[in-house]
Amino acid sequence: MFKKTLSYPHLVWMVLFVIAPMFLIFLYAFTVTDDGGTLSFTLENFAKFFEPMYIKILFNSVWIAFLSVVFCIILGYPAAKIIADRDRRRIAMGKKATGLLMLFVMPMWMNVMLRLYAWLTILQPDGVLNSFLSLLGLPKLDIMYTQTAVVLGTVYDFIPFMIMPIYSVLIKIDDSVIEAAQDLGANKTRVFWKVILPLSMPGVVSGITMVFLPALTSFYISDFFSGGQFMLIGNLIEKNFKNPVGRNFGSALSIILMIFAFLSMHVMKIFNKSNRQMDMY
Amino acid sequence: MKKIVSLILCVALVCTIAVFAGGCSSKTKLFVYNVGDYIHPDVVGMFEEENPDIKVVYEMFDSVEEMYMKVSNATSPYDVVIPSDYMLEQMIDEGLLNKINYDNIPNYANIDPNMRNLAFDPTNEYTVPYMWGTIGILYNKTMVDDEVTDWDILWNEKYKGNIFMLNQERDMVSVALKKCGYSMNSDNEAELAEAEAALKEQSSLVKAYCGDEIKDNMINGNAALAVVWSGDAYFCIEQNPDLAYAIPAEGSNLWFDCMAIPTTSTHQAEAEKFIDFMSRSDIAKLNAEYIGYSTANSAARDLLPDEIKNDALRYPELNEEFMSKMEIFAYNKSRNAKLTDIWTRVLNS
Repeated sequence: MFKKTLSYPHLVWMVLFVIAPMFLIFLYAFTVTDDGGTLSFTLENFAKFFEPMYIKILFNSVWIAFLSVVFCIILGYPAAKIIADRDRRRIAMGKKATGLLMLFVMPMWMNVMLRLYAWLTILQPDGVLNSFLSLLGLPKLDIMYTQTAVVLGTVYDFIPFMIMPIYSVLIKIDDSVIEAAQDLGANKTRVFWKVILPLSMPGVVSGITMVFLPALTSFYISDFFSGGQFMLIGNLIEKNFKNPVGRNFGSALSIILMIFAFLSMHVMKIFNKSNRQMDMY
Repeated sequence: MKKIVSLILCVALVCTIAVFAGGCSSKTKLFVYNVGDYIHPDVVGMFEEENPDIKVVYEMFDSVEEMYMKVSNATSPYDVVIPSDYMLEQMIDEGLLNKINYDNIPNYANIDPNMRNLAFDPTNEYTVPYMWGTIGILYNKTMVDDEVTDWDILWNEKYKGNIFMLNQERDMVSVALKKCGYSMNSDNEAELAEAEAALKEQSSLVKAYCGDEIKDNMINGNAALAVVWSGDAYFCIEQNPDLAYAIPAEGSNLWFDCMAIPTTSTHQAEAEKFIDFMSRSDIAKLNAEYIGYSTANSAARDLLPDEIKNDALRYPELNEEFMSKMEIFAYNKSRNAKLTDIWTRVLNS
């Protein structure tokens, strides 16, 4: 009983900020308003999406999100492993964990626009990166306002969400499991591939979910790093919503994106189960 | 006990939501809603000092579309809003603005007669002009050796990868329409298609379509040419003297930001008092100096330093020849949707 009453504020919150907006989005997506202001049911908002251009935008978004996830794993897994190994050693010796993880989390406390503008200073033609490259006698790079820049920005912004779940799984792996593998004659490489990696998969999978979905829907990163030339589905939704007459199409796009996100969650879940790991979400 | 706990939590939740509706002061609250960084920081305080019974709640929006959403959904009791021309026209059209009693605004006499009865408010019932300006080309004199006289220079292969465009469908389609020799407000399918083709053709030359970042890029010399609003152009030129601004000969857009009272207002008299205060010459001068845009207030303009008030780009002579080339954006609901689609196609070409 106590639990039930305590949930009322949460319920009010859910109705106001989850159910009501969802209802409005569905309402807009399946209707058009004519000049007289009357609503009528239609599927044309969805039909519009199937023009090749919009399919291409969705495909681009998925591709960018996919690349970002891949780079986040390549960069994030070793980082998480190194930090976790150090912390495990210190904890085993009865000391406090290092603050290294904090270094990855700290930039997130800064305003996102500030962080993005810093990249402009780094990547612009006469920026920090090119001054450095020319100092070394290397050719200049012009990557601001390209697809590379968008992936770079996405990876930069979301990598803490990959490192944290992997770290939190790695830190909890029981030492005795590793010792057992070593006792049975496994060398370091074998221990990693056969024991640590499979045990850390739930962390990787939840990292993928935490990077892939935001990367798929974000709009400010692609807007900023591509100079508007590379429209992703998030930008398309934003653009349509800012225009009062585009609300219906924008809502339809949001629903399509939600279905897409839902499907990818599901795929991830199946993948996770097939690994015989515990369910992380 | 449990019920009480949950009740308290409920109340706390509702309070959090209601917090922006204000505390419980006896002063009249005047809600002013303006674009960010578009007022001298001391002006609101000066108004409150002169009118001790009014407390100004000053809020800022990023885009007029955001303002429109809030006013049309009546989410907050805004008393004064400062949007641009086409949005004012749309709001008048949709009945979202209250008529202003100009008898309560004696300082309206300071407003330049050229800026009254404009297309979006032809009978002058709803708006008091605040700032105005043009759209034009900001260019770096060290990087551009041609003379910048018309829009065609933005289609010149020589400047490939050196051109910045605004990421604003209305403004960019207008530029293309003007380049092709049509009206900026054209709703003709063939003319719009021609403008779209021109923009697609240009897209390979464009470095990026941005908003505010254009200013940084131009100041840092990252590009030769950019389409900007006049106000931003003066700001950039102040920071980097290599830059110059030109209004193309084919003509361009003339824009106005005006003060208006939305129907969400509950304090019409106080709102008019605020608008009158903002139109007072000394206050309008403070704002014009701080923002750097061209003020619509002639009395305030007279108080500005000579080099600013006589600057031909900031205050072009509004003679017939100039006015015949310049156009004010008109509101057209069905066209808005077309523009969004055109712009999506251009960016994805």
